[in-house]
Amino acid sequence: MEILSPEKIVESFKSALGDGLLSSRIHQQEVAITRNLFQAIWLSVTPGSFKKSVAHFSSLQDYPHLAVVSSSDLGEEIELIYHFSIYYEYQFKEISVGVRVVLPKSKPEIPTITDIIPGALFTERETQEMIGIKVIGIPDDRRLFLSDDFPIGVYPWRKDDTGPQDLLKTLPGQKVPGR
Amino acid sequence: MSNIKNMDDTKEVKTSYTIPIGPIHPALKEPIRLDLSVDGEEIIDVDVVVGQVHRGMEWLGMNRNNPIQTIYLAERICGICSVSHPFALVMAVEQAAGIEVPPRAEYIRVIIAEMERIHSHLLWAGVAAHEIGFDSVFYLVWKVREEIMDAMEYLAGNRNSKAMFQFGGVRRDITEEQFPRVRKSLDYYLSIFDQLGNIFLKDKTINMRTRNVGILKKEDALRLTIVGPTARASGVSKDARQGHAYSAYADMDIKAITPDVITGKVVGDVYDRIVVRLLEIKQSIEIIDKCLKEMPSGAIISEPKVAKLLAVLKKAEGEGIGVHEAPRGECFHYVRMEAGMDPLACWKVRAPTYANLMAIPTMLKGEQIADVPIAFASIDPCMSCTNRAITVKQPRKGTECLLDLHELSLEKTRRLEAEFDR
Repeated sequence: MEILSPEKIVESFKSALGDGLLSSRIHQQEVAITRNLFQAIWLSVTPGSFKKSVAHFSSLQDYPHLAVVSSSDLGEEIELIYHFSIYYEYQFKEISVGVRVVLPKSKPEIPTITDIIPGALFTERETQEMIGIKVIGIPDDRRLFLSDDFPIGVYPWRKDDTGPQDLLKTLPGQKVPGR
Repeated sequence: MSNIKNMDDTKEVKTSYTIPIGPIHPALKEPIRLDLSVDGEEIIDVDVVVGQVHRGMEWLGMNRNNPIQTIYLAERICGICSVSHPFALVMAVEQAAGIEVPPRAEYIRVIIAEMERIHSHLLWAGVAAHEIGFDSVFYLVWKVREEIMDAMEYLAGNRNSKAMFQFGGVRRDITEEQFPRVRKSLDYYLSIFDQLGNIFLKDKTINMRTRNVGILKKEDALRLTIVGPTARASGVSKDARQGHAYSAYADMDIKAITPDVITGKVVGDVYDRIVVRLLEIKQSIEIIDKCLKEMPSGAIISEPKVAKLLAVLKKAEGEGIGVHEAPRGECFHYVRMEAGMDPLACWKVRAPTYANLMAIPTMLKGEQIADVPIAFASIDPCMSCTNRAITVKQPRKGTECLLDLHELSLEKTRRLEAEFDR
């Protein structure tokens, strides 16, 4: 299989997604004495073309690796970044590709990618319960880390009023205000 | 009508029992629950239930701590790999804030990380021997492990939680006078390496209990995004030290180790995982030796004043990732920083066991119940790493355990040995 340079990879995403690719950034950093490059690519895609971008990884790498999905609360929106990795068999050629999707809080829905990468199940389940998005078509939508008696509609990583503020007051060592 | 339909359904379904193992169980070193569906002795399905040791670490990093405090919090994510998490975190933050690291610091980081790999692999080898009821090996290996623990204590002042990391470098130097003590430890491991290899690779009991047990095929390992020695034992050439150029590993020529270099073929069973971990001990010794020989001189930290560093971090804006090959596999941290905000805006931790737990159902299906302890232990699971999310008000209702799995495992070893002697 041919190894593409980071610029070529971004170009291939551009031609595959068209307007679906909103922006891209290449990060290259020289390290230690030999000054080899640590490489990462950051892509920003629309929710509509997200599934297509994941499918496009299969043309770059036989089994693209998914490290994890990171999520943050931006106020009105929720940002998900899917951290993929390609060319991991080659020495110093591995490239981390972060695919960023921004979802509105009014409709926080994203299609599952477990049909392309079955190993993504745990991180999709975690993202669902922690930041309060809905993964459409997830094969197993039970909670992962939160226990069954954790209140419904509270999302630990949210920074708005669906966050875990009420629960924090009851942590050991913390006093309930006004008492 | 519906009754008749139900009756038909029950006819088709083969009756099976569900055996819950854990959350707390003698055969598991840390809390996790495995729900095994069994047909006789054979396991037909496994459900992994995690979340029993949530401590809300990512939340603390995003809401309470400043980034420097978060380094030492990250160190406490896991008691065994207390270098991997701060290593990945400092790399992510340095990338986000644009902090340079002096080359000498990179070498010190790698030395301490590789020492940790040696101790972690030896610890695992002891646990694995214990799981199959070979306790004399367990005692021997843990005695051998003390040597590297002493060396780490000599360098960092502590056997574990070494607090070596700081943004922009390390907090303690490794000086020329300290080299002989480290070399002594390395020589000790080289001198006993063949002996360890003999015990683990040639012994008939270990062979019988680990060959063709808990098989994970290469395709499954790739599909389920398995990392670390578990993936390499299945023939996947994946190692963050090989793929990514980071820290002083960028100056080394590190190749991912797959078991076929010794056995000539890849089976992907527990035995292969032993082979990979044993060879990685030797690889780590070579890396430390090379680091000691080629360590450049110069500063060990780019900004020694903590108050100044905190001011830089408060102004920083950006995002970064840190990838480090922990003893159990790829450890991944993502960090986003916002200017004017004390804690990290986003911190995501992905420990290697998080990824490797996906392999458990595939590995255990078709195995016997007595093989569960060794097959499960073979991924070197670390539950504290996997669970970090939030504290719950009440613990989950306990599930009682009916079987003494460890006893069952011992029985199988004795039975196989008796058969062999006959």
